[in-house]
Amino acid sequence: MPLEKPYLDIPGTTLFDADMSRKGYWLNQFCMSLMKADNRVRFKADERAYLDEWPMTEAQKAAVLARDLNECIRLGGNIYFLAKIGSTDGKSFQQMAGSMTGMTEQEYRDMMIAGGRSPEGNRRLGEDGDAQPHRQPQGAAGRKKD
Amino acid sequence: MAKITASVYTSHVPAIGAALDMGKTHEPYWQPVFKGYEFAKQWMTEQKPDVVFLVYNDHATAFSLELIPTFAIGTAAEYEIADEGFGPRPVPKVQGHPELAWHVAQSVIQDDFDLTIVNKMPVDHGLTVPLSLMFGERHPERDAWPVKVIPFAVNVVQYPVPSGRRCFQLGQAIRRAVESFDPDLNVQIWGTGGMSHQLQGPRAGLINREWDNRFLDRLISEPAELAQLPHLDYVREAGSEGIELVMWLIARGAMADVAGGPAPRVAQRFYHVPASNTAVGHLILENT
Repeated sequence: MPLEKPYLDIPGTTLFDADMSRKGYWLNQFCMSLMKADNRVRFKADERAYLDEWPMTEAQKAAVLARDLNECIRLGGNIYFLAKIGSTDGKSFQQMAGSMTGMTEQEYRDMMIAGGRSPEGNRRLGEDGDAQPHRQPQGAAGRKKD
Repeated sequence: MAKITASVYTSHVPAIGAALDMGKTHEPYWQPVFKGYEFAKQWMTEQKPDVVFLVYNDHATAFSLELIPTFAIGTAAEYEIADEGFGPRPVPKVQGHPELAWHVAQSVIQDDFDLTIVNKMPVDHGLTVPLSLMFGERHPERDAWPVKVIPFAVNVVQYPVPSGRRCFQLGQAIRRAVESFDPDLNVQIWGTGGMSHQLQGPRAGLINREWDNRFLDRLISEPAELAQLPHLDYVREAGSEGIELVMWLIARGAMADVAGGPAPRVAQRFYHVPASNTAVGHLILENT
């Protein structure tokens, strides 16, 4: 019997469950290696060569090189592990979180100061909140699209 | 006999640590956050706890995917401050209380909670930011924390995470363990993390002020009922990282009223949005 996943209907959200963990094991362990200063230096010197030392998929490596955190998460990355890439790049957690919404850094920061993202319309897929798939990317990037 | 005199609840946002360490506490953005903890620092000088049993979560720092303990108790004499990618926070090392920690481990495991015993682990912002908020800034070499700390790490990163119900029951077992320890010790239990926040995906930045405040109300007045809340509700309503709030139920379960004693006194209640991506919540409950 497959495990129940009652959380799959939450928009814009990936829970780091057993399946994601298996998928992302090496991606996350690569991230963990960036906790060591020597490894950060080697990674920065030649990202591709450093990534090739890990048994990650090509798609995972490409997502890291592009710093596409949404794609990293889709491929099994967990945000607390991916944050090590952000630290290596000198990015704050707010910059990392914001990058996944499509908003600019300032737009995201302003949203937080104004009280954050409302749960209204963002609890279940099929509602009309700003985190729903049909409303991506958010902010000026999304308005440009229309 | 050792006695749990109070419980403390607080968020452990890493940006709060960074603001402290970079001298930004007086900036307009941060001022309201730190103002909410002024009472706590004064209160601490009066309470003078001997030991803090500090419930927190490791953020892929001491534990990678190689080893994922659901509940881990630190039994070491000393804990290094972790390098989370920017170098370690400039705060004193954390001194443990191995004797009480081992006593709790033995008692709680025999009480059917299968803890992992940890003799060596670096501690990250989940543990050090609450210490800074409650005790104020301390010089990494010249100062020491004025308290021994038993780190108690809960897995809230890799699903499945423990239920609120299990956490609440565990708190009760911790209370029984602490209060069967012979030396006279003033022990506090802290639950950290939360409140509403989501750090990932297009829904990043979620804050649910109404839900958070209801959580605070219920934590004070009906914790046993609150402990029945399923995981899904935390994630849907308070964001994927809002799940950290189950850790508050461990601290709440260790209070006297849960074991038939009098209701706790609410010494402090504070709520502020935002600190970086997060709603900051803080509560102090005293056993009377």
